[in-house]
Amino acid sequence: MAVTELPTAGMLPGGPGEGVQVIIAGNELPTHEMTLSIGPQHPSTHGVLRVVLTLDGERIDTATPVIGYMHRAFDKLSEARDYRQIIALSNRHDWLSAFGNELGVALATERLMSLEVPERAQWIRMLMAEWNRVLNHLMFLGSFGLELGAMTPMFYAFREREDIQTLMEMATGARMHFTYCRVGGLKEDLPKGFLKYSEVLVKRIRHRLLDYQGLLLGNEIFKKRTVGIGVLPGEVAKSYGVTGPILHASGVAEDSRKTEPYLKYSEVDFDVPTGEHGDSFDRFNVLYHRIEQSLRIIEQVHDKLPPGPVMPGKMPKYLKPPEGWTYVRTENSLGETGYYLVSRGDTMPWRLKMRTPSFHNVSMIPYLLKGVLLPDLIAVLGSVFFVVGDVDR
Amino acid sequence: MIFYHFFSNPWVVFALKLAAVFIFFLTAPLVLGYVEHKGLAHMQSRLGPMEAGKFHGWAQLIADGVKFIQKEDIVPDAADRRIFMLAPMVVIIPVSLVFLVIPFGPASLSCHAPVGAGGCGFWGENFDVGVFFVLAISAISVIGMLMAGWASANKFSLIGAIRGAAQLIAYELPLVLAASAVSMQAGTLSLVGIVEAQKSYWFVFPQIVGFFIFVIASLAELSRPPFDMPIADSEIIFGHMTEYTGIRFGLFLLSEYAGIVSLSAIAVVLYLGGWHGILVPIPGPLWTLAKIGALSFLVIWLRATYPRLREDQLQKMAWKYLIPIALVNILLTMIFKVVF
Repeated sequence: MAVTELPTAGMLPGGPGEGVQVIIAGNELPTHEMTLSIGPQHPSTHGVLRVVLTLDGERIDTATPVIGYMHRAFDKLSEARDYRQIIALSNRHDWLSAFGNELGVALATERLMSLEVPERAQWIRMLMAEWNRVLNHLMFLGSFGLELGAMTPMFYAFREREDIQTLMEMATGARMHFTYCRVGGLKEDLPKGFLKYSEVLVKRIRHRLLDYQGLLLGNEIFKKRTVGIGVLPGEVAKSYGVTGPILHASGVAEDSRKTEPYLKYSEVDFDVPTGEHGDSFDRFNVLYHRIEQSLRIIEQVHDKLPPGPVMPGKMPKYLKPPEGWTYVRTENSLGETGYYLVSRGDTMPWRLKMRTPSFHNVSMIPYLLKGVLLPDLIAVLGSVFFVVGDVDR
Repeated sequence: MIFYHFFSNPWVVFALKLAAVFIFFLTAPLVLGYVEHKGLAHMQSRLGPMEAGKFHGWAQLIADGVKFIQKEDIVPDAADRRIFMLAPMVVIIPVSLVFLVIPFGPASLSCHAPVGAGGCGFWGENFDVGVFFVLAISAISVIGMLMAGWASANKFSLIGAIRGAAQLIAYELPLVLAASAVSMQAGTLSLVGIVEAQKSYWFVFPQIVGFFIFVIASLAELSRPPFDMPIADSEIIFGHMTEYTGIRFGLFLLSEYAGIVSLSAIAVVLYLGGWHGILVPIPGPLWTLAKIGALSFLVIWLRATYPRLREDQLQKMAWKYLIPIALVNILLTMIFKVVF
């Protein structure tokens, strides 16, 4: 057997052991690297994300996300829209948390105009934002299971989503792009029977969450697939600007509902669930517990909802915020969504820059995918919660 | 009398049996497919097919079949044309041959068939080496899988096919080991003989460990959830079937469902007493069918319940646990056989 000297790939030049690694040729099969392009059309990328992989066998050497297939120029479009129109526009970049998006735009405009939002409107906004969060998280609970090969949770998630969408439809008239916020308040007050159905739904969903517990969180195979996969340390997560459930799963409980409360979040009681290891399982677990916390908030809103109007008495005919800028942080379903709004006293913003959580989450992909197996790509990608429209905007 | 002569002609018997096996091979997967559609749907709180055939979508799979036949049969440019087109046949023929030897019922009528027609009873052929035959022949389909994956000129197909082959190699062993423990206990390799040996008690009781190994290994061989990595749709699109369209794709699907029926049938024969029933006095063949149906339903049920394992975890399970346990099972069977 021939003995050859080869420097190993990951070794630093001049570092310990450089060039003295002895590999017995023939002991290992030489393999060719294979480039595999996953997406933009691929069943597991939900949306048009493309990931270019170089594979050694089934082990991933490098992974490069290619984004931009869904770029729709939201930032730029906003510069040519009235403040009220932007709300309808902002529904659409992250289609799974439409209410959270429009809320951010409304908050930014209100802050710029120093508008006082009626109490009741603020509580209702919080209620809707939390229902939207549940709606969003259910989607990811289901699709993560589906990607790992468990079909059933997906259908269960859609069953629950159907109920919540019916609820949202009662108030907003829409099932996905709600456009319920207005600058200054809300489109209209909650319809009759809304709160009653909302109360029923909280109980129903809390009960049905047990199904997911059984099918996924407590499932031996599911644990085998996710525990210890795609570990993201808290420090790394912070350095990449990752927020939301992914950051919480890495043990950092940074949540702008807590640290910089907007609406009435300082008046309700809720926890920020965190994980310990920052692996796929923890991210999923955090998502699951976030639903429980959202339901807790919703219940408190039911109790505390004050009577009153949902729009300030007198609104200007044209919204012209004074010259200036503001930055609003909101804890959207997938993480922190920020709105940097610059006004030059016009009816349209001079600049609206969105900071979306999905973009930062996707930037983690190369780090997380290095060295994992191809099947784990799914376990990692599915747990890096993102919406492609939210990445590209 | 002419009737009697007609049916004692070995060629006629041969043709009839072949036709019966063929019809069973074509209808059983359809029934199973329908049960899967509806069963899965109801487990997942939806309705499943409701339109085709007016009554609860009973004709859905027939409609699907017609659709497959009508669709264009596309062969990719870069594909190895001949092998690509041949692969579905290589997959489906071994599966259909398995049905030839499955005994469905006892010889209830007095036997008129001449020697050479395979004896009589509800089976196609009674080989002396039946167990060996079914296990050997059902393993051939993996060659078709490899052919399909290689000839497709698609990376996803290739990964799927290699996974399939690796899976089969790993799981053929526990399957064979579990089955050989049964034939040891029965003292025969003939499937009919094995069923007859279960007259007083089903082999699932003394061979309970072997039964579990057999079921797990069959699931892996069929690449059904939770062992469906070769066609894991969220990772590698549809494995070796990715590039197939039309009737060839249909043949792959048919062979998957026929495979479920055939391996359930083998498990019924080996462990669940074949046509021997308990309590309910219904004819033997119905007992066999009912047991096959129950086992197939279990396969469907598992699909609704479990996520997919990872390929290396699957291999670990086979080599580290199933094969040693199966070997110990054989050893114990031997000891009991000798002692008692």
